[in-house]
Amino acid sequence: MRTIRFVAAALIAVSVVAGGEVRAQGTQSPPAEEIMRRVQQAFYYAGQDLTAKVGMRLVDKTGRERRRTLSMLRLNAKEGHNQKYYMYFHAPADVRGTAFLVWKYPDKDDDRWLFIPAIKLVTRIAARDNQSSFVGSDFTYEDVSGRDLGADAHKLLREEAMAGRDCYVVESNPKAAAAFSRKVSWIDKTSFLPVKEEYYDVQNDLSRVFTADEVNEIKGHPTAVRRTMKNLKSGHYTEVVFENVDYDAGLEEGLFSERSLQTPPARWIQ
Amino acid sequence: MRVRGWACALWLAILLCAPAEGEVVPHGFVQAGYAARITGAALPSGGGDFLVGEERLQLSLSGAIPAGAGGFSAKVDFFHDAVTGKTGLEIRETYLDLGGGKIGARVGRQIITWGTGDLLFINDVFPKDWTALFTGRPLEYLKIGSDALKVSAQVGAVGLEAIAVPFFEPDRLPSAERFFFFDPFPEVTHRTSEEPRSDLGNTELALKVSGLLSGWDLALYADRGYYRTPSMVPDSTAVPPSLSLRYPRRNVYGVSGRGAALGGVVSLEAGYYDSREDRSGTDPLLPNSQALFLAGYQRQLSADFTVGLQYYGERTLRYDRYLSSLPPGFPKQAKLRQLVTARLTRLLKYQTWKLSLFGYWSPTDEDFYLIPEVWHSLADGVWVSAGANVFGGRSETSFFGQLDKNDNVYLNLRYEF
Repeated sequence: MRTIRFVAAALIAVSVVAGGEVRAQGTQSPPAEEIMRRVQQAFYYAGQDLTAKVGMRLVDKTGRERRRTLSMLRLNAKEGHNQKYYMYFHAPADVRGTAFLVWKYPDKDDDRWLFIPAIKLVTRIAARDNQSSFVGSDFTYEDVSGRDLGADAHKLLREEAMAGRDCYVVESNPKAAAAFSRKVSWIDKTSFLPVKEEYYDVQNDLSRVFTADEVNEIKGHPTAVRRTMKNLKSGHYTEVVFENVDYDAGLEEGLFSERSLQTPPARWIQ
Repeated sequence: MRVRGWACALWLAILLCAPAEGEVVPHGFVQAGYAARITGAALPSGGGDFLVGEERLQLSLSGAIPAGAGGFSAKVDFFHDAVTGKTGLEIRETYLDLGGGKIGARVGRQIITWGTGDLLFINDVFPKDWTALFTGRPLEYLKIGSDALKVSAQVGAVGLEAIAVPFFEPDRLPSAERFFFFDPFPEVTHRTSEEPRSDLGNTELALKVSGLLSGWDLALYADRGYYRTPSMVPDSTAVPPSLSLRYPRRNVYGVSGRGAALGGVVSLEAGYYDSREDRSGTDPLLPNSQALFLAGYQRQLSADFTVGLQYYGERTLRYDRYLSSLPPGFPKQAKLRQLVTARLTRLLKYQTWKLSLFGYWSPTDEDFYLIPEVWHSLADGVWVSAGANVFGGRSETSFFGQLDKNDNVYLNLRYEF
């Protein structure tokens, strides 16, 4: 399995390095599934672990603004695609100290725990629906931690430039009922990060648009440090800024436990 | 003089809050809360419709102790109760954390929450303010701090919590000044509360061992303490007749498990209440030992809409002796008292609105308690909640039935900073 993935990655690397010239001669682009696999790797799995301070700006159509600030820790399993997330909220005041733990499994429902500081309560929360809004923003849980690749059928539509980047344009169609009927993604051919994503609703109207507004390379990993999700129906949008991003800081498994919910790990949540 | 004392305390608190080191930043909130009975019934004690009318300022300080030794936290409420005209100060929490990592201690007044129930408590034996629940005060006020020493340790995958509480804290129950409720001895007005003395030998000890196995949170609990709801023990030989409110000794042993199953979250909990002063079950004034259990299921039905259901049972042991010693005219508890609860929660408008309904219904007591609520966030840190507490039942002596005349509506406003 690992060998196959390596070979596939190598092939893509070759095709990427070869660039447009090869394609100009009619050589095929990598299959859409492979592109999306690379996107998942670059966007949700970069590094062995990640630490960041995340600022969110939630703006409604009248310009009224709400803000969220949280520390985010992420650890990839050594094997497979399981991940663990820990989030600690600094602001706003009414959620300060709230902490959130997610053990994410690609093939079954996540385990999610929530800590409510005022009553020192650790509770489990049901996690069936990944389309729920993440802390009242335009991002869903799925947008934050990734959607199962196999949940959609992917099709390479074309290649074109978007926001000054050479991109693959991939359409993803959910195999089962979902909050969107199709998604069109512009994928940077070099970084494999989405430059833009368009989500269409069941009426096939454009409903949400994601843009990666600023990408920095951190420890060799291209990282979308500023990103926006806009809801075209409600006029509401959410801008997310990642600060103090670090990869491979050496997060330990034990951090992603009930203990960290009760007693936040001070070293990691500055 | 009294007011000046509070003013000094407040001033001191604010002074302490000044972030001189840049380390400790003051937080807290300003809150106004009101609850009024809507049944129109007049209390014999002369109290009016208002159950709550208060303004409250909470100042909260927390931070790290230098050199990584640990941390501290303090939450102090200053309040004015407009119903009684009293002004006061309440230490919600004040504790020091020492150590950390594999082993640590928390010393001082602290809120402790155990168990898996949603507004049902088996192994959460720590003090509660039931009046706060019945009057719609923000949920955190259901819990009262314990003046305790808690030692936590992590041994491999197993977590340990050992707690010593030398100072007894009873549950806060509805008082005759503000509530209608069933009183089996209405004619006895001379009453004394006999709380366990703060002796070393009376120290409450509690232990929790927990771990995670295949995605299930599992825990074992043990507690050597007291019932927090008093037993009424009349002394008919006294003149005038008097009544003492006693808190009998109790041991609690329990277990709980919670994990993802059936497309949601399933929780199971059980406990055994060993009524140490009435193990034979022959004293009608003290509680009999009981076996308690609950099963809960929570599921997200669609985006931002969650449903939770619980079944709870309370089996009185030595029930035949309970029946034979029960004085005539006293309400009889069922051998297996059962409760069903449901919670519906719907979030709207980017989670700035929350509509919720919580309901208890007991098929054995034939009574119920409903809490519909609307919560709205006006801006970051500013919210308002409005709701109702509706009680009812076939009998005026059952747990919720006795509160029938206390149906009330409430309003809370809070700004957190």
